[in-house]
Amino acid sequence: MISFSPSEEQELIQQTVSEFAQNEMREISRECDETGSVPREFLEKTWELGLVNSMIPEELDGGGMERSPVTTAIVLEELAFGCASLACAALSPTTFIHPLLDFGTDEQKKEYLPLFTGTSFHAASMALAESHFTFDLGALRTVAEPKGDGYVLSGIKRMVPLGDRASHFLIIARSASNEGIGGVEAFIVPRDAKGLAIADEGEKTLGLRALPLSKLELERVEVAASQRLGGEQGIDAAQLFAAARTASLAVGLGLSRAMLETSIPYAKERYAFGQPIAQKQTIAFWLADMQIEVNSMRWLIWKAASHLEHGLPAAKPMALASSYAQREMIKIADNGLQVFGGHGYIRDYPVEMWYRNARTITVLDTVAAL
Amino acid sequence: MIDFTLSQRDEAILENQREQAMLCRKYARYYDEHEEEFAPDVLPEADSFESKPLPETDSARDTNGAVMGMLTTMMQNYGDYTIRLRRGKGGLGNAALAASGTPEQVERWRGQTLAMAITEPGCGSDSKAIQATAVLDEATNEWILNGEKIFVTTGCRADGVVVWATLDKEAGRGGIKSFIVMKGTPGFDVTHKEKKLGIRADDTAAMVFRDCRIPRDHLLGGKESVSRKGGGGFKGVMKTFNMTRPAVGAIGIGIAQAALDFTKEELAREGVVIDYMAAPHQRSAIAEKLIEIEADIDAAVLDILHSAWLSGEAKPNNTEASIAKAKGGEVARTATQRCIGLLGSLGISREYLLEKWFRDSRITDIYEGTGQIQRLIIARDILGYSAAELS
Ligand SMILES: Cc1cc2nc3c(=O)[nH]c(=O)nc-3n(C[C@H](O)[C@H](O)[C@H](O)COP(=O)(O)OP(=O)(O)OC[C@H]3O[C@@H](n4cnc5c(N)ncnc54)[C@H](O)[C@@H]3O)c2cc1C
Repeated sequence: MISFSPSEEQELIQQTVSEFAQNEMREISRECDETGSVPREFLEKTWELGLVNSMIPEELDGGGMERSPVTTAIVLEELAFGCASLACAALSPTTFIHPLLDFGTDEQKKEYLPLFTGTSFHAASMALAESHFTFDLGALRTVAEPKGDGYVLSGIKRMVPLGDRASHFLIIARSASNEGIGGVEAFIVPRDAKGLAIADEGEKTLGLRALPLSKLELERVEVAASQRLGGEQGIDAAQLFAAARTASLAVGLGLSRAMLETSIPYAKERYAFGQPIAQKQTIAFWLADMQIEVNSMRWLIWKAASHLEHGLPAAKPMALASSYAQREMIKIADNGLQVFGGHGYIRDYPVEMWYRNARTITVLDTVAAL
Repeated sequence: MIDFTLSQRDEAILENQREQAMLCRKYARYYDEHEEEFAPDVLPEADSFESKPLPETDSARDTNGAVMGMLTTMMQNYGDYTIRLRRGKGGLGNAALAASGTPEQVERWRGQTLAMAITEPGCGSDSKAIQATAVLDEATNEWILNGEKIFVTTGCRADGVVVWATLDKEAGRGGIKSFIVMKGTPGFDVTHKEKKLGIRADDTAAMVFRDCRIPRDHLLGGKESVSRKGGGGFKGVMKTFNMTRPAVGAIGIGIAQAALDFTKEELAREGVVIDYMAAPHQRSAIAEKLIEIEADIDAAVLDILHSAWLSGEAKPNNTEASIAKAKGGEVARTATQRCIGLLGSLGISREYLLEKWFRDSRITDIYEGTGQIQRLIIARDILGYSAAELS
């Protein structure tokens, strides 16, 4: 049944997260960007909301909510409406948790999910991006060679969220024997694994600066067979990637909506030539287009998420959503900045930050792991 | 629950529509090139065509009727803009009748095809500027209509027409009323049939009213008073468009989908493959463009379905109807433009329907409010502006 109706549960979560974003994120967003850090208290507050572990089963002391990529998209849109970098930072552990829920063996779930059901924020994340410009999921340069019962991982991972504090990483690697997407595997690697080096200095980026990102070097890191996600079955990399990318698109969506909703009152208050600039058609039509595209992107993202939720192949709807969002998100940020004129360029307003963040999220979309 | 899957019944309905659409498509070229002929109301295949039986309804799974209506419109236009296996009665005027007519009026003109005549030589987008007049003759209880209307869809074939005229030009929007005038009424003449870029099998007429007298109860909705303050009945009439605007988007997108499928099939024959998972540097430029067109079409489809879904749920959809029309119209024309570009010189051959789809789809960003007018409506809604504040 084609329906755009969120469930009651989703509506409730949306409302809660929306309030949280207004009250706890907007205000600190600029400072976090300037200092390039995420406050511990903020992470603890999101932890209390239960957003990270909500989909871990009750038997494992999680929130017990159904694993729903649509709900994740709704949550991320609202959080990113507050601040995209903080949203990414807070939910980065889900890049570890959700694949575990989707593909992990029972033993893996029992072993690792309880890490996240304690009372304070616990960091872990997925390591996907690599150290060269032509990232290709079907031709990863991080390789897993079989050795004895286990594997040996070698390669470089970049832009790994929460790399400064994560206890575990989900390392995405290519199996030495299998080409293409079918050969993509995920390995659970603890921070202290022998041969894993985490760069002391964090990655320095254009946007999403509050999100700690790290460079990881894996030099013949040995892992047991039991650390291969999904055990013998392995993972469905296309679905895993689609889920990760859909989630990061939802961050971009929240960011786009923030740009639109901040531009509207500004355009009504700012006068030029004796009239609010919103009464000039050029500006008014930009705003109309921003509204059109925010809607369009949301439905495309929901559609991809809904495919995941139904267990239908999601690579195509995700690719369409991604193609569309890549073009429109940056346009929205671009026109939003232009609505603010010179003020849009000054760091007193959040607009220049959102412009940087929009450029960042639309490429992290293909390489990072939210 | 947020969901984008179709029930078995939904799918069966659309499959039946698809088969009909493909039959209709066979006639598309002929009536495009013979615009002086009218396409038959019933195709020769109509009697032998058998719809496949549908699975039982399942209200927990089936998609709401308004959304299915849009998907059906898309599928019909996937076949052809004009040709139908059996053409139903009805035109744009019937939507106005249903939305604003009194129960007696609705009953009286049921089953008649009514065109809608708003546009005049001097005004289109600015419909409140119409010059056609209606004057009440108290002695005979008749309205006397005078004026000229252009671009009236199905004006030639319709049984009658819903005409906009003003009782009082000073009153602006508040003075505008709609009247039902049937063919054969003295003083009402269809004067011209337009020759167009596309949708050539569809007739588009010019008409004049010269001291055309119609009974007093032909005023749609029956309210004769002129509102001097606000829009009066005008707003109600404009509401009609909340249903028809998404449908215009659906028409355009049905055509765009036909163009894209044709383009993909022809290119696939030449070895062009689309790998949705391929990394950007591994994708051919042509595959990248096809994905972009497909994404644009999907976005428009979802905007259209969203606005229809809202109306099916009896929720307001003014902004969303305009979003559906704006996005649908824009993607319809740009998708067909790009498809021709991807197929190169054979893309313009009249051996194929692609060039026709390029011409046909172009109308959807023009009538029932151009893309610019839709953006005005959206902008006013989100800014909280009146028409006077943003025009
Ligand atoms: C095939 C066909 C069928 C039609 N069917 C019908 C029908 O059944 N009934 C009927 O009444 N009419 C019908 N129309 C008329 C159609 O609705 C109008 O052509 C349309 O609304 C545009 O009006 P216009 O042609 O006068 O253009 P104009 O109003 O002169 O507009 C010209 C250009 O200016 C732009 N513009 C106008 N105002 C503004 C503004 N405020 N801000 C920014 N840009 C603006 C428009 O977007 C357009 O690009 C039909 C037209 C065609 C071609």
